[in-house]
Amino acid sequence: MEQEIIIQIKDADSFYGPKQILKNVTLDFQAKTVTALMGPSGCGKSTLIRCLNRMNDLIPRFRFEGKVLYKGIDLYAKDVDITDLRREIGMVFQKPNPFPKSIYENVAYGVRIQGITNREFIDGIVEESLKRAALWEEVKDRLHEPALSLSGGQQQRICIARALAVKPHVILFDEPCSALDPIATAKIEELITELKKNYTIIVVTHNTAQAARVSDFTAFLYLGDLVEFGPTAKIFTVPQDKRTEEYLTGKFG
Amino acid sequence: MLKKNNIVKFKEMLIERLLLCCSLLSVFTTAAIIYVLLSESIGFFKEVRIIDFLTDTQWTPMFTNKHFGILPLLCGTLVTTLIAIGVAVPAGLISAIYLSEYATDKMRHIIKPLLEILAAVPTVVYGYFALLFVTPLLKQFIPGLSGFNALSAGLVMGIMIIPLVSSLSEDAMHAVPMGLREGAYALGSRKIQVAFKIVFPAALSGITAAVILAVSRAIGETMIVAIAAGQQPKFTMNPLVPIETITAYIVQISLGDTPHGTLEYQTIFVCGMTLFVLTFVLNVISFKLKRRFQEIYE
Repeated sequence: MEQEIIIQIKDADSFYGPKQILKNVTLDFQAKTVTALMGPSGCGKSTLIRCLNRMNDLIPRFRFEGKVLYKGIDLYAKDVDITDLRREIGMVFQKPNPFPKSIYENVAYGVRIQGITNREFIDGIVEESLKRAALWEEVKDRLHEPALSLSGGQQQRICIARALAVKPHVILFDEPCSALDPIATAKIEELITELKKNYTIIVVTHNTAQAARVSDFTAFLYLGDLVEFGPTAKIFTVPQDKRTEEYLTGKFG
Repeated sequence: MLKKNNIVKFKEMLIERLLLCCSLLSVFTTAAIIYVLLSESIGFFKEVRIIDFLTDTQWTPMFTNKHFGILPLLCGTLVTTLIAIGVAVPAGLISAIYLSEYATDKMRHIIKPLLEILAAVPTVVYGYFALLFVTPLLKQFIPGLSGFNALSAGLVMGIMIIPLVSSLSEDAMHAVPMGLREGAYALGSRKIQVAFKIVFPAALSGITAAVILAVSRAIGETMIVAIAAGQQPKFTMNPLVPIETITAYIVQISLGDTPHGTLEYQTIFVCGMTLFVLTFVLNVISFKLKRRFQEIYE
């Protein structure tokens, strides 16, 4: 496996009001691998993933200190265009959140807001993105129906297709299966494994089995600390920290 | 021990009945109003053909040569309403977008109550504001403007209903789930794109309901137009001349010494009926739209 580091988190502290959420987290992500951020509720894993595309900027009273380097560029530097950044680093959320528009318009949205109007070009992107999200066969005859008429699992794959349409390099998944049934979950997990050929994937999950199934690397967070980080096989077989072991064996979380 | 005390039982029943009576009061009032409007209107239509009422272009119930065409009054109402909506909808929507998408919590808490103060000003004050301030001001730019005119009445009425539009539209936009905004930001949207391409369309049925309510408010508004728009029923869409709206006509006749039971007297109710039908239809549409909006996100 090639060793290209695409994102580096350095000494990240984050605060919500006076409360510290992340405590001095330092973590590297390898390109074209799946890294799982695992831990119990409130451990800061969602906060951490949202630092990577600066989604936390939307929250008033949120504060971030430290550095996130994407291909060597500090994402929190003053001259970074946050909209360009979010096109490079896409995101899929916990609850499927398709726009109340048609399937086609959902996928085309990210392209349209860049001012692109060429119909054939957009058609091509929509088809390609839906194919990559393993949804094309299910929806190709009903592209102009409302996305909200689809099932939860399909809605989540629409959201993945929507993220793929703007050609990101990294895709962040924030507990993408927590609102889905086991069959839909299996499909999304399969998709994540498929997508890592072309994209760097970071998945937040509180589900240890899911982390074991989909990821190459696993980071275990607990109460804002990065407790342990390493290849998934190693974390699951020989955890170095007692807290990791207890979490994996179901003693808490 | 476990048996209910009879006095408590009686008290509870009494309270329940009392509450029921209070809520029925408004239902009875509405029913009574509809009854009066209908019965007097039927009396009116025994003497005047409906077709004349709807197509005659003159409204002269007090002249010797009587005409009972509602069109001139309808025109007056239409012109003032259009002007008011032309002011209230853009201004109301822009402030709603600002309040919902741009303003910090602190700003929203300052601006929203201030806007709502506009709605608390008595309409008679707005009326004289239109007549004694806005009209003279407009005259400096529009020399042909009459002392009484639809333009200044409509403009001031528009200002008055800005809070109605902004407040209801802001509620609708605020109800759009945060997840949609996040989804849009995550795709590289700018704030203005999130506001106009995601939040605004998602809230559209709620916003439309707000606009329709504003229209029916403008149609029913009385004091401003009675004071500032004149009392001359004219079949015209010219906003610069004196006109008369349906509501202003009702005021004019009610204040006069029209004998009870005459045809002139019945015109009040026919006009009331027309107004009622207009606003009722609009409110029903607004209600339906609001329901549709709620179904999407609940």
